Amino acid sequence: MIEVKNIQKKFAEKTIIQDVSAQFKTGQCNLIIGASGSGKTVLMKCIVGLFHPDSGEVLYDGADFTKMEHDEKTEIRKQIGMLFQGSALFDSLNVEQNIMFPLNMFTDWNLKKKIDRVNEVLARVNLTGVNRKFPAELSGGMKKRVALARAIVLNPKYLFCDEPNSGLDPQTSLVIDKLIKEITTEYNITTVINTHDMNSVMEIGNYILYMYQGVKEWEGSNKEIIFSKNKKLNDFIFASEFLQDAKDMRMLEQAGKISNVRNMDDLLSKENPHS
Amino acid sequence: MTIFTEIGRYLLMIKGMFSRPENKKMYWRELMHQCVEIGFGSLGIVAIISVFIGAVSTIQTAYQLVSPLIPKSTISQIVRDTVILEFAPTLVCIVLAGVVGSRIASELGNMRVSEQIDALEIMGIKTKTFLILPKIVAALLMIPLLVSIAMVLGIWGGRLAGVSSGIISGQEFDSGLKLAFDAFNVKFALIKGYVFAFIISSIPAYYGYYVKGGALEIGRASTKAVVVSCIMLLFADYILSALLLNK
Repeated sequence: MIEVKNIQKKFAEKTIIQDVSAQFKTGQCNLIIGASGSGKTVLMKCIVGLFHPDSGEVLYDGADFTKMEHDEKTEIRKQIGMLFQGSALFDSLNVEQNIMFPLNMFTDWNLKKKIDRVNEVLARVNLTGVNRKFPAELSGGMKKRVALARAIVLNPKYLFCDEPNSGLDPQTSLVIDKLIKEITTEYNITTVINTHDMNSVMEIGNYILYMYQGVKEWEGSNKEIIFSKNKKLNDFIFASEFLQDAKDMRMLEQAGKISNVRNMDDLLSKENPHS
Repeated sequence: MTIFTEIGRYLLMIKGMFSRPENKKMYWRELMHQCVEIGFGSLGIVAIISVFIGAVSTIQTAYQLVSPLIPKSTISQIVRDTVILEFAPTLVCIVLAGVVGSRIASELGNMRVSEQIDALEIMGIKTKTFLILPKIVAALLMIPLLVSIAMVLGIWGGRLAGVSSGIISGQEFDSGLKLAFDAFNVKFALIKGYVFAFIISSIPAYYGYYVKGGALEIGRASTKAVVVSCIMLLFADYILSALLLNK
């Protein structure tokens, strides 16, 4: 479990994160959501140690990361996998070398064992036959899957995903979300995802932390978010009229005034019965 | 950002490079890769520049030595000392500041902008040690070697131009090379080679490593790295000459 307590971060006297506390549980997809500039990326970078928070604690299974010596941090980082927004694959290395990089650096396995492991994780992210391809030859979705394969190759305890669906079409986004969800439960990882993709929120958000102007505005699950009365959250989540209508329908369904709104097709047919 | 902040950050970067490698084999592989990139990657341009510098030196020296009282072997003496003392180390390193320096700055800048450096940090790799140290060590190994090659090729180019244009015979040129030869000049050139190697690898590494923004900033950082390296190189050239050649 990862716990953040009263995290605060300023850049040149401008407060970006103010007194944020949260618990990211193991085996769950923990989502940090919020508008652009709300501080979610800074919060994630504080958690993984790319930024040092001005105050507060970041606890990895009870151990305070902010107070650790460099070698202790390195040990924790070996248990962290991260999927970056732009995939962050090494341009000069092919897919196999990219995924093998952490194995080369931190294991003394022989080449065969390393290749077997690379093929295993590539199969896990549903990619085969791309071992010799370079990042420039891959599509956006494939790059994300390779990056995910690299992130999990060392069997991490913690997985961080920064905007895993940015730049992807909705269908590929769902594939990536499903993969992250499966990997999280399969390997019992503590997964923290930074997103503003509403599909992800509804599909995989076991725990959702909503950030607004650097402050924790709301927290709960994907089951609770639809019934939230928080205006800022509702304005963010249900930004379009269509989504607002969907929420209203869901609430009416919950109140028993209408029945059986199971998906968007239902909603569309209820809104336009003649279509 | 003030110049003092930049100098402080540069010194901290240099300090940060010296830490225990996570995996010596990977660092060795990276060092060898950089040696190939810096050494063999620059060999062609160094060879071309050196031969032409030597050739032009011979022709221009002969053009200025109009007195019949001065023996022709003086031409090769002047060419030898000019090439060894200045042209091979300084001119070649100025060109290398462009070739090697811009490559280092843009490579690290691209890695920074595309979050590859962050990815390495997250993996628990000391990025300054893994990315910068091998480049500087490779430059320290390869650039003095390139300077040595430039010395030989420069003098050979001078001989070739002198003989082929009928300015001086091969025998006269060779005898002039042996006259009043001071081995310290070669040592001085190599000292300059080491100092310049450090400058043209560490300064671009600094600008590349700390770049912020996108493609435009990488280009700017690369240009700034080359300009600052060249200025520092000329400044170091003056300091070294004043310290070591002032009899």
